[in-house]
Amino acid sequence: MTVPQLDHRFGPYGGQYVPETLMPALAELEAAWISAQSDDQFQAELGRLLRDYAGRPTPLYLAGRLSEVAGRPVYLKREDLLHTGAHKINNALGQALLAVRMGKRRIIAETGAGQHGVASATACALLGLECVVYMGAEDIRRQAPNVQRMGLLGATVVPVEAGAKTLKEAVSEAIRDWVASVEDSHYIIGSAVGPAPYPAIVRDLQRCIGDEAREQILEREGRLPRRVIACVGGGSNAIGMFIPFAPDQEVELVGVEAAGEGIESGRHGAPLTAGGRPGVLHGSLSALLQDDQGQIAEAHSVSAGLDYPGSGPEHAWLRDSGRATYVAVTDQDALAAFEQTAQLEGIIPALEPAHALHYVLNVPSDSDLDLICLSGRGDKDLAEVLGLLGR
Amino acid sequence: MTGAERIAAAFEQREGRAALMPYLMGGYPDLATSLDIAIGYAEGGADLIELGVPFSDPLADGPVIQSAGTAALAAGATLDGVLEVATKVAEQVPVVLMCYSNAVLARGTEQFVADLAAAGVSGLIVPDLPLEEAESTSDACAQAGLAFVPLAAPTSTDERLAVIGAAVQGFLYTVAVAGTTGERGEQSSYGEIIARVREHTSAPVALGFGISTPEQASAAADAGADGVIVGSRLVREVGEQEDPASACRALVEQFARALR
Repeated sequence: MTVPQLDHRFGPYGGQYVPETLMPALAELEAAWISAQSDDQFQAELGRLLRDYAGRPTPLYLAGRLSEVAGRPVYLKREDLLHTGAHKINNALGQALLAVRMGKRRIIAETGAGQHGVASATACALLGLECVVYMGAEDIRRQAPNVQRMGLLGATVVPVEAGAKTLKEAVSEAIRDWVASVEDSHYIIGSAVGPAPYPAIVRDLQRCIGDEAREQILEREGRLPRRVIACVGGGSNAIGMFIPFAPDQEVELVGVEAAGEGIESGRHGAPLTAGGRPGVLHGSLSALLQDDQGQIAEAHSVSAGLDYPGSGPEHAWLRDSGRATYVAVTDQDALAAFEQTAQLEGIIPALEPAHALHYVLNVPSDSDLDLICLSGRGDKDLAEVLGLLGR
Repeated sequence: MTGAERIAAAFEQREGRAALMPYLMGGYPDLATSLDIAIGYAEGGADLIELGVPFSDPLADGPVIQSAGTAALAAGATLDGVLEVATKVAEQVPVVLMCYSNAVLARGTEQFVADLAAAGVSGLIVPDLPLEEAESTSDACAQAGLAFVPLAAPTSTDERLAVIGAAVQGFLYTVAVAGTTGERGEQSSYGEIIARVREHTSAPVALGFGISTPEQASAAADAGADGVIVGSRLVREVGEQEDPASACRALVEQFARALR
């Protein structure tokens, strides 16, 4: 067997818990990614698309009125300004280019909030690839605008009716498609989850967020932030934001999960915060919501992107090793921060980063400089939020 | 006799025909009925029985086995309940348990394997535990005398087949088609994958995934399979029939005749 060159394990977490059918494809993917990383032409093409097509680098914005509320300067890394409206495009463009490099012309993706589905559909339209997106039927209901966008972009959206009909089931169904189509299809997983080498590839493709933000804040403030905060579902925006700051021991890294109706209610999406025995979901060992039999529990969050019982394996290791801290914010608090940010800054955040915003605006801290990853914009959430707020 | 020896004996007793290895979802539609179904399998001519433990997120399974698992969980199935079924079935034919890796981890690998051995289970198949992740489970099985049965797939490279083939205990579960479990209309050409895996193992080769008619079972045997695994077709029968045990027994008899 080949010696792995990308990270397969993060401490005890990660691994490749998948059917044998997929193992050769994971090895092929790993080899392709390693060779692409040292291929100047590939990197130049990805860099050009990220700059000219997606809109990188994204601005770093000092949110003046949010800073007043928080009592300290609060910077927002504006991933919401990217093409398609969220950080997901960073990963989708990179993996779609990788698929072309591997000679695979059919793309499979899963989506929760719809942002990764839209990003994948967009990358496929751009590169002339076929795109099939699995999406839970419940998410199709609450993220209708993104479903329409995917259709317009030429992707096929397949509703998933199993279980709670959300992100977990969509990932499972995408993996099942891939098991049957692995010879000519590439699965663009949307978060820093899944079997190795996916968590490492997604991290590498998202670390542009933190690399840029670190440089930008040093330029603006002449110093590093005291805290870097990002929301965590699977954890791709957070890992991309955290990793460049990980060697800076004076910078506190805070991941904000979905507390849903409250951790104690059991209806949440916060496996890292809740703790408990790790387990295997979707090909890797990580923090996980499950019962004592090892059956995976249904997550709950008002935000489809955080409505996931698992978490990226590198986050579980950042938690255990003490490098990052994980906290959770409820549905209700996230909704309040959604509205507050819109009214104070003229920025409508996605519900996912609204969790991180609430944490920074309302939880007391002795921090004197905060940097938040504003991972996406909230247009997709308008109907759901206005409904919940009774308007 | 250890579980691994019992499996070997089951293959040795075949007298030139392929072993029939029907799959059943433990606890579906409920524990008591699933035991009756398993007994029906045994009476209908099963040489080994593959007993599934329901799981919330079965990545290797198609819709029929997925929904059977969901129904079994809704009916209250647990690992211990399924192991009770295993104990009774194992009085008649060897039982190979099929479960996903999180069930093993949830109990702890050592305890899990000890509980299987105590229940009279002969072997273990974990479809989401490729060789790279299987060491501790495989070692624990070997110590307890259980066969840890690995899987080979049409996409497996020769390099991988060599390592998998060398590690086989009991039999090599050979996946006939790239895909999840489920009935397939077409009759695949089984010869190629069987010939490929044979180059790398001297253990019995059992073929599964997509074998859903007696004709397909017969074709698999003609192509050289030592064992034929039939899953989704039988699980579907459970969902469709008022008396699933008798219906499944009749169906297993048809498969058994096709292999004679």
